[in-house]
Amino acid sequence: MNTSAVPLPAWIEVVLIPLLNILLALIVAGLIMLTIGVDPVEAVAIMIRGAFGYDEAIGYTLYYTTNFIFTGLAVAVAFHASLFNIGGEGQAMIGGLGVGLVFLLLDSVLPTLLLIPIGIIAAALFGAAWAFIPAWLQAYRGSHVVITTIMFNFIASSLMVYLLVNVLIKKGSMSPETREFEPGAWMPFMHDFLAWFGFDVTRSPLNLSLVLALVCAFLVWIYIWRTRWGYELRTAGFSEDAAVYAGIKPKTVVISAMCISGALAGLMAVNEIMGVHHRLILNFTAGYGFTGIAVSLMGRNHPVGIIFASLLFGVLYQGGAELAFEMPKVSREMVVAIQGLIILFSGALALMLRPWVVRIYLMLRPPQVQAAS
Amino acid sequence: MKLNWRFALAAAGLWLAAGVAQAADYKPAVVFDMGGKFDKSFNQGVYDGVEKFKSETGIGYLEFEVTNEAQREQALRKMAQRGADPVLGIGFAQAPALEKVAKEFPDTRFAIIDMVVDLPNVRSIVFKEQEGSFLVGVLAALASESGKVGFIGGMDIPLIRKFACGYAQGVKYANADAEVLENMTGSTPAAWNDPGRGGELTKSQFDRGADVVYAAAGGTGVGVYQAAKDAGKLAIGVDSNQNYLHPGTMLTSMLKRVDVAAYNVFKDSMDDKFTPGIQVLGLAEAGVGWAIDEHNESMITADMKAAVEAASAKIIAGDLAVHDYTSDNSCPQ
Repeated sequence: MNTSAVPLPAWIEVVLIPLLNILLALIVAGLIMLTIGVDPVEAVAIMIRGAFGYDEAIGYTLYYTTNFIFTGLAVAVAFHASLFNIGGEGQAMIGGLGVGLVFLLLDSVLPTLLLIPIGIIAAALFGAAWAFIPAWLQAYRGSHVVITTIMFNFIASSLMVYLLVNVLIKKGSMSPETREFEPGAWMPFMHDFLAWFGFDVTRSPLNLSLVLALVCAFLVWIYIWRTRWGYELRTAGFSEDAAVYAGIKPKTVVISAMCISGALAGLMAVNEIMGVHHRLILNFTAGYGFTGIAVSLMGRNHPVGIIFASLLFGVLYQGGAELAFEMPKVSREMVVAIQGLIILFSGALALMLRPWVVRIYLMLRPPQVQAAS
Repeated sequence: MKLNWRFALAAAGLWLAAGVAQAADYKPAVVFDMGGKFDKSFNQGVYDGVEKFKSETGIGYLEFEVTNEAQREQALRKMAQRGADPVLGIGFAQAPALEKVAKEFPDTRFAIIDMVVDLPNVRSIVFKEQEGSFLVGVLAALASESGKVGFIGGMDIPLIRKFACGYAQGVKYANADAEVLENMTGSTPAAWNDPGRGGELTKSQFDRGADVVYAAAGGTGVGVYQAAKDAGKLAIGVDSNQNYLHPGTMLTSMLKRVDVAAYNVFKDSMDDKFTPGIQVLGLAEAGVGWAIDEHNESMITADMKAAVEAASAKIIAGDLAVHDYTSDNSCPQ
């Protein structure tokens, strides 16, 4: 029986199967934890409490989520044009460089209301510019973006090390970082923002970049499914020949898709550099660019899916940190293993359970529906 | 009289309770940095120090290994919230986070290694890595037959340039004509744990004529030492005494006693001898140095030993100043 052809109700496809996948991953992770002598039920409880149990934890979870939404969307936009952008890491670094350069020049001159939009635009433009070069090479020279974007990650990190150690470093500082930006250039923290409305929330790195991330997710949805540019993007992604026949220029699509993708990755720097660190540092990307690939695949390259996948990764990061904190036996490598299992089961093996779910569904389906079909 | 008696009892009870609470509540904490506590180098030195404290006193400690930038502040704050005291932060990168958290918890004692945080409740411990590197530079120059020696760094950051600069000064001090080849492993934190690339860089330095290589690159050093062993040339370890890794080709190790510093933070706090402020540990304070033990004493000739000890005495006496790269972000050529 070919089960993949059997349609399932939406709630099974998008809610039940992902939940079953996560459950399966947790069972396997639990077996591993049993072997090192840790109570898996308690471990999962700590992870969930660590991610949602108190307002500071929620703040951290959503702060990670913000990063993943940006990098996940970046991968998804390129993916719809059949391009695999692995350069989110480098594009985010250069986005941060854009924010840093602009703020180091202007933060004591301009008011907050101008600085924040300028910072956001700088992050997006610099990220897009860093993606433009691989895009151009792909479109006009046939160099594959997978290769070039990976290489551009290393070029970006080398450039950042050079600039931060030799040029932008705060005078007399041991650590390779710029001076702190003036407070006027900081993206407001969520706890400060909510305090204006009288809500008292514990401080956390969560800032208004989350709102920007959600707006971006909405704009990406409109762009891909509700504009002619998005239509061109998807057409070129499905079939380049068909796109040419339809009068679409694939080269332009490649460049625009990669630039939008790079801009979204660059915006991650808004969360990290404008929102949290308030200075340009090395390695603030911490692998979020790469994790964006898993987020996007798990979210089926759809903005809504990406938001939920980002939330899941946020939970894994924050809950995992809490787990390593509470249980000395659980090392950070163990936390990475648990995260890896969840990614494996809900990403790579996402459809493994589907045939069984279909069989059970067909067995339980009310007979009159069966007769009708 | 009755009142007095009661008062005395209450006071005694309070005193007793306070005493018991103090012993039971002594809860030190350490926040390791990105390398992780088993990096065979800097963080592991700290780990050795706090483990020594644990085995001596039987008092456990809270610990955390950060995996991204934002976790530093989170971990330090959480330690303080849990009532940990003292809280020890490892590495210069924790300074901004530690400064913020130390201000929020003025009654908690904090300590940081490799950076200065100027607050009344913080002990800052920094090392004069240039002095220890100078000494191993002298040894490298004396042991080299080709007149070319190598340096392999982790990432090109000011801290590593401080090592490289001190080393180069030591080499030139012992042999003004010697040449120092310098390579950095990479530009991401992966550079601290890339033995493969460390080995390749070492081989290329050997091909260019070097015959002694000094590694200041965390876990990457393991590859450097292996490459030296394979080629039959000499390598110099860093941070901990790594002479035992390959007896016969490990010329010496530059010691940076983070283990002692970490141990002292825990021990002093327990004995109520914790002092805030800046501790600068150089040769004079035995905070840095060079390692000689049964694994390398056959390679260190009497002349070499005499030369290093003379240089060491001069530095301690102040007759020989080793330039600190981080003081002006430049190295004299």
